[in-house]
Amino acid sequence: MTSAITENPEATKPPSGPQHKGHHPWWIYFTFCTDHKVIGIQYLVTTFIFYLIGGALATVVRAELATPASDLVSRELYNQLFTVHATVMIFLWIVPAGTGAFANFLLPLQVGARDMAFPKLNAVAFWMVPPAGVLLIGSFLIEAPGSGWTSYPPLSLVNNQTGELIWILSVLLLGTSSILGAVNFGTTIIKMRMPGLSFNQMPLFCWSMLAASALVLISTPVLAGALILLSFDLVVGTNFFNPAGGGEPVVYQHMFWFYSHPAVYIMILPVFGMISEILPVHARKPIFGYLAIAYSSLTISFLGLIVWAHHMFTSGTPSWLRMFFMVATMIIAVPTGIKVFSWVATLWGGKISLNSAMLFAMGFLSMFVIGGLSGVMVASVPFDIHVHDTYFIVAHLHYVLFGGSVFGLYAGIYHWFPKMTGRMMNETLGRIHFTLTLIGFNLCFMPMHWLGLQGMPRRVAEYDPQFATVNLVCSIGSFLLAISTLPFLYNAIHAWIAGPKASGNPWNALGLEWQTTSPPPIENWEGDPPLVEDSYAYGSKPGKKSVTALKGSDLWKTPV
Amino acid sequence: MDIPVTILTLLAGIAITLVSLWFGLNNNLLPFAATSTAADVDTLFNVMLTISIGLFLLVQGLIVISAIKFRRQPGDESDGPPIHGNIPLEILWTAIPAVLVMGISVYSFQIYNQMGGLDPMNHGGHKMEPQAQVAMASDSFEGPMLLADGTVNPEYKKYAAGVGAAPGADAPDVTVNVMGLQYAWIFNYPEGFVSGELHVPVNKDVQLDMVGQDVLHAFWVPEFRLKQDVIPGKNTQLRFTPTEAGTYPIVCAELCGPYHGAMRSQVIVHDEADYDTWMQTQIAAANVEGEAIAMTPPNLSSAPLDPIIQAMDMDIRAEELAQLHPSAHGQMDHSHMQHDPAMVMN
Ligand SMILES: [Cu+2]
Ligand SMILES: [Cu+2]
Repeated sequence: MTSAITENPEATKPPSGPQHKGHHPWWIYFTFCTDHKVIGIQYLVTTFIFYLIGGALATVVRAELATPASDLVSRELYNQLFTVHATVMIFLWIVPAGTGAFANFLLPLQVGARDMAFPKLNAVAFWMVPPAGVLLIGSFLIEAPGSGWTSYPPLSLVNNQTGELIWILSVLLLGTSSILGAVNFGTTIIKMRMPGLSFNQMPLFCWSMLAASALVLISTPVLAGALILLSFDLVVGTNFFNPAGGGEPVVYQHMFWFYSHPAVYIMILPVFGMISEILPVHARKPIFGYLAIAYSSLTISFLGLIVWAHHMFTSGTPSWLRMFFMVATMIIAVPTGIKVFSWVATLWGGKISLNSAMLFAMGFLSMFVIGGLSGVMVASVPFDIHVHDTYFIVAHLHYVLFGGSVFGLYAGIYHWFPKMTGRMMNETLGRIHFTLTLIGFNLCFMPMHWLGLQGMPRRVAEYDPQFATVNLVCSIGSFLLAISTLPFLYNAIHAWIAGPKASGNPWNALGLEWQTTSPPPIENWEGDPPLVEDSYAYGSKPGKKSVTALKGSDLWKTPV
Repeated sequence: MDIPVTILTLLAGIAITLVSLWFGLNNNLLPFAATSTAADVDTLFNVMLTISIGLFLLVQGLIVISAIKFRRQPGDESDGPPIHGNIPLEILWTAIPAVLVMGISVYSFQIYNQMGGLDPMNHGGHKMEPQAQVAMASDSFEGPMLLADGTVNPEYKKYAAGVGAAPGADAPDVTVNVMGLQYAWIFNYPEGFVSGELHVPVNKDVQLDMVGQDVLHAFWVPEFRLKQDVIPGKNTQLRFTPTEAGTYPIVCAELCGPYHGAMRSQVIVHDEADYDTWMQTQIAAANVEGEAIAMTPPNLSSAPLDPIIQAMDMDIRAEELAQLHPSAHGQMDHSHMQHDPAMVMN
């Protein structure tokens, strides 16, 4: 391979001059539109609103936990708050934001397609999300579910039955939406790549979405099956999971975690892909170990399917099964470690721009490592027996899903905001946002490791007074975390309306999505897209011009 | 001053190792260890913590150094070096974590075996007459937990998930049947009485045969490093040897309803003599109350109890527990309940 971007065929060279024709009017975002870019932004804005709602619920939870007694909300409401908080954050924010928002917006642009493989299906998948979210959050008006996002029977069969049914309906809708999305992503990556773009030339985000989509397709139907059986137990009085009628509550746990462990990777793999895209651009260095990162995504996807019972080490799980799932879980540390070290090696020796996208990407790397290391610890059965269902797990899962996924999603927003909106975000506000988020996050979740080790179980509205001070620190951290979204919100809204105009390629990036206008026209490119053979070819090779030395239309004609 | 990079790297490596080791050995993050195997779990934790701190400092250090040292200077429009990978380095950072997690796996397996985690798989070959079995409410397809004469069915143990006997151990010295229900623990002693608190003798091999009444609960004693779900219709077990006399909290660790956080009790580890005294008092009290109550089986199947009373009362006396059984005493008398909001910690 001698050049990163081949010369564009003469006939389809993009016309010079402004290319503002072919854009959607603003109201298109409120309609059933089949343009993947519109759907991506619809997903992103919708899920971010749900994120704010889920965050508000968490803030009430932490306010209750600021003191040892159950004194702010009723115990029933408390259980509903953390149940809906977790469900919103997982099913209405991280899963649909990582896959729905970024994959929709980016995949066709990265593989050189005009749209997704099934545009109508794509719009249908999105339009299942808002009603599911309204249903779930609106349940507070009738009766919210209160048996935890895991919804273990028999508790879920006797506790808040109306709310439970609403929860099942909502999650079934979201699961269906997720499956439809995955069908689209997989097909688009495999079948819609532009001529000449081989698998090993795809951006790493495509690889990670391929791995995540496989997980969605294999595991989500099992969750749907479990929830349908649970709803039969609930509504028509069958006894699939109800021990009172000879049912097996532990089987529900197996089916639930058969989806819900892979769900962790459904939430983190797209972010892994985004980080692999963001780091090289802002460090001006090729991604380190492209193939290792690509194949480790597939390895994680496969291994992620055979570790689910590590959530059940203290349940009715036989010894040999505990040992098998311990070893399988430990092995996932290897492909995950490959990714982490490759990202660090990508940074090393680069020309790092510490902008908001890079700061959040580095924050992701740092926080995710903590969650990954505590993940290896809780994979060890003897230790997990002590910390299972304690605040140690609450800390661990938030380091993975907030320190990992949410930091990564923020990095993605800062990185692709110019492409999505054609406007630049404010860097100062971005850095303030990052600083507040990093401090608030660690203040909130780091002390929780200690709480769990010392004996505080999770999902409790009241706790031993010896834990009062540390819980207060956690609550203060959570309030700071809530405040940290304000500079971001102001920044995003203000930049979208009145931010400085972004060029087509404000970061001088090599990825195909940057080789068009910001925002891209309806057909994604005026004329045919260029073939990007190596979207990570940063660095001055001897005798070659640096890619950053090229400006605008140079990219279209000069081999780099 | 010019210090060669290799020396700096070596010094950094030594510093990271020392800090990790110091923190791993002096972290004080775990509570008091009160059983014979709790210290083993703590050592496992300390080893994993040491490795984790070392790896965290390594990765975090490289990120921070990159952010400082390789920060783009204003006006610098050039790229970094075009390094696409380094096969030996990639093999190294694949192999080292692989070796580490395999080591931790083997080590964890050993500790788990010492704890008796593998026992439910290995034991249970005792012969028994099928007609000696009688169906109990706690029945599941594995067979009854108790035999017709009220003793523990030795056959049942091999199926029960949980932590069993340490390798080479004999029959347990003390066996207690544990019932978890919303929102209390009931400890049914084979001597013929029930208690709301668990009393066990120090340095004796104790086995808990557990079953749930209504929803899932989890029996957790942080000072024992032991936790096991309590499941309706399915038997689980825990086995341990407390080595330190004292009072430790019993915490319900599996969400079981609105009062889940209030579902607490305590385990009192007695000296041998104290335990005998307590046992005699309980037997005497049970005899006063009468045979019917003393032999109350642990299946309080038809009693969805007033959650507030249960939640607040962590100090239920044996007689009151007997009253919880509606067939024995009809409506329970709330005025007998003692409220003890102060939770007793060790
Ligand atoms: Cu998992
Ligand atoms: Cu409970």
